[in-house]
Amino acid sequence: MSPGAPGAESAPLLELDGVTKSFGAVAALRGVHLALHPGEAHALVGENGAGKSTLVKTLAGAHAPDSGRMTLDGRPLQLRGPADARAAGIAVIYQEPTLFPDLTVAENIFMGRQPLRGLRRIDTRAMNRDAERLFERLGVRIDPARPARGLSIADQQLVEIAKALSFDARVLIMDEPTAALSGVEVERLFAVARSLCERGAAVLFISHRFDEVFDLCQRITVLRDGAWVSSDRTADLTVDEVVRRMVGREVSSLYPKQDAPLRDTLLEVRGLSRAGVFSDVSFSVRGGEIVALAGLVGAGRSEVARAVFGVDRYDTGEVRVAGRVLPPGNPGKAIAAGMALVPEDRRQQGLVMELSVERNATLARRRALSRLGLLLGGAERAEARRWTRRLQVKTARLAAPVATLSGGNQQKVVLAKWLATEPRILIIDEPTRGIDVGTKAEVHRLLSELAGEGLAILMISSELPEVLGMADRVLVMHEGRVVRELPRGEADETSVMYAATGQGATA
Amino acid sequence: MSLTDTGASVQAADNPPPGPGRARRGLTERLLAVRELSLLIALAALILVTTLRNDRFLSGQSIKDLLLGCAILVILAVGQTLVIVTRNVDLSVGSILGLVAFATGELFLAAPGTPWPLALLLGVALGAVCGVVNGGLIAVAKVPALVITLGTLYAFRGVDYYWAAGRQINAADMPRSFLRLGNQTVLGVPVLFLVALIVVAAVGFYLRSYRSGRELYAIGSEPAAARLSGIPVGRRVFAVFVANGALAGLAGVLYAARFGTLDAAAGTGLELQVVAAAVVGGVAIFGGSGSAYGAALGAVLLTTIGSSLAVLRIDPFWQQAVVGALILAAIGLDRLLALRMAARLRGRSAHGA
Repeated sequence: MSPGAPGAESAPLLELDGVTKSFGAVAALRGVHLALHPGEAHALVGENGAGKSTLVKTLAGAHAPDSGRMTLDGRPLQLRGPADARAAGIAVIYQEPTLFPDLTVAENIFMGRQPLRGLRRIDTRAMNRDAERLFERLGVRIDPARPARGLSIADQQLVEIAKALSFDARVLIMDEPTAALSGVEVERLFAVARSLCERGAAVLFISHRFDEVFDLCQRITVLRDGAWVSSDRTADLTVDEVVRRMVGREVSSLYPKQDAPLRDTLLEVRGLSRAGVFSDVSFSVRGGEIVALAGLVGAGRSEVARAVFGVDRYDTGEVRVAGRVLPPGNPGKAIAAGMALVPEDRRQQGLVMELSVERNATLARRRALSRLGLLLGGAERAEARRWTRRLQVKTARLAAPVATLSGGNQQKVVLAKWLATEPRILIIDEPTRGIDVGTKAEVHRLLSELAGEGLAILMISSELPEVLGMADRVLVMHEGRVVRELPRGEADETSVMYAATGQGATA
Repeated sequence: MSLTDTGASVQAADNPPPGPGRARRGLTERLLAVRELSLLIALAALILVTTLRNDRFLSGQSIKDLLLGCAILVILAVGQTLVIVTRNVDLSVGSILGLVAFATGELFLAAPGTPWPLALLLGVALGAVCGVVNGGLIAVAKVPALVITLGTLYAFRGVDYYWAAGRQINAADMPRSFLRLGNQTVLGVPVLFLVALIVVAAVGFYLRSYRSGRELYAIGSEPAAARLSGIPVGRRVFAVFVANGALAGLAGVLYAARFGTLDAAAGTGLELQVVAAAVVGGVAIFGGSGSAYGAALGAVLLTTIGSSLAVLRIDPFWQQAVVGALILAAIGLDRLLALRMAARLRGRSAHGA
């Protein structure tokens, strides 16, 4: 029962109207509406990349909107920075904790607002006492005088919550605060959120867990591809309806995976676990097959890929390539065994931005191309030319730095780099993130071709149409586990989304 | 509301606030204390060993020389602490010191009647202007401070050389009242050292007890989080470079008063000693932790090593090696303490007690 619910609509406390925000050519928010009423918890749901986090950062004053209006109490609200948002009474709990590891827990909570005594000195004792009170309210015990370094993720999140509470905020924004929390801690958080609502505050709650959304919130706003879809009272909605609106688009036939004859199993992963990240992940990929790892951001998909490739360690389990066990934590061995990983973050993990296209394209093959330990220009150039031509990389010259290329062409160079090693197994993380539609189609055609040549492809993707169009099989991960395996015929948007949000589906 | 209340009362029953509050307080503070204590012990051991070999090392004159010798390095190390804590570094302090020292000499040449307090103020102001140049370039160019101040290290020194044009200024060119500042003692303690003490106390107090002081640690600890929590990162970093420039200016004036003889090379290479003193004193080079007191102790320790090795008649080559070993030892100690603290924090259950 929400105090704001009965009778006439109360005037919104915080209102957004037609807010847009673009990063370069990518429109992250396209005319978003949102009205937060006093005394109400309001849920914001949407797929990965629907624009939720951008919206949060806009409300927090970290991003300035390109256009649109924001009002607080009916008065226009302009946020020039996070400090303005704070002053307006907007507190944010970010998805990833933003703590200062070297400072104490209490300082983290009260940074910039520490209680003072004479000569405007910080009153450390009062600050620790206040922090202790906040933790009592949350029903947890964290030593306020200990440094934040070394706190568990859950405790870090609790410190963030205590920080937001200490503001006595009028608007509390929580961006997936419960991902790291246990059931009891979630209950306490909700109790605090409800007590804030009772005092007339407005709460914006972002979560992929529908049970929590329906438990806490009085209204639900759905975003899709940066655009506002709907805002309704929770009572008028069902989980099915919300999922349908989140997905809500036609599966385009942009992503044709050609049927290829399935060959032997090339990659086999058994019982792979890493404490706190993923557990008991098992799957196999055959030659000629594309297997998609679907799931929400933070479900542990990239972490699994990195562990399989040997960039990260794992606690238990094993990885076999064509039947032979791959030693853990050794990417060199993985490459030698014929595995290639095209990472999610091209700039940081896949490319050396300052080096030329040809250098990047042949980076993973330096040894094979060198004679007596020397890399000779000719060999590099010939190899680079072969692959960039096949992938149709658009660059003025091979000697141009990679940084000068467009996102789509950069992605092709990363692909060229790994394809040049002539792998048998290709792991590709978000193959088409941030690249234009035309290039997307080319990348898809290429992946399909490669599978046709007998490669085993493991594809991680947050774009449902891509997953559904390309994959022979879909593995859905939720909170570090593979919760569902769907063959091509059974995978559709609803079944994948259901499993990804942890709705009752168990494999 | 009812839910929270129950939670709180249950909690309060088995967790009386004052007890844990006091018992658990100050793990971080204790760590700092351990760090500073270990420096004091090293200093005491060094003095003891040297005195055993040569009892004149603890004579009044010798101690006076020591305090006089370390004062300038202490001031610079404390200024550098302000900068390093924010995950920056200022390599131009040696050049600022040289420039200000020469400018002070020039001032007395041009206007011999200038009262020394005015000269002091002007020197500090010139240092601050150099700091403005550093801070401004860093803010505008968005290039790491290491690179910018490496540039201004040469730029300021270049200005100095151009200005000096090979000339040297001698003690005879400066008023006696000013030179006395460099050698006079109050109750046996050199004035220079007293000035350094005041700087240490002021900066130490500021860093520990003021909101903006704590924000400097926050910036160095996690710059992205600092921005998200509304700390004016750019303004604070700018201010820190100005303050450090001003302190280097102060050190430059004191240098002129102490040595009397000035040419364009004054303070060359001093910046590395300054950074070494701060690091030995427990200021983390990646920002976020360390204290002005520690940096000052580091400066005293480095100076004492210099003179004690001389007393022990040890080859100057070894002095360099010892300083190097000390830096490595300091880093090793920091790492050890950090590991031990991490172990202790893990030892506690996630929710304290």
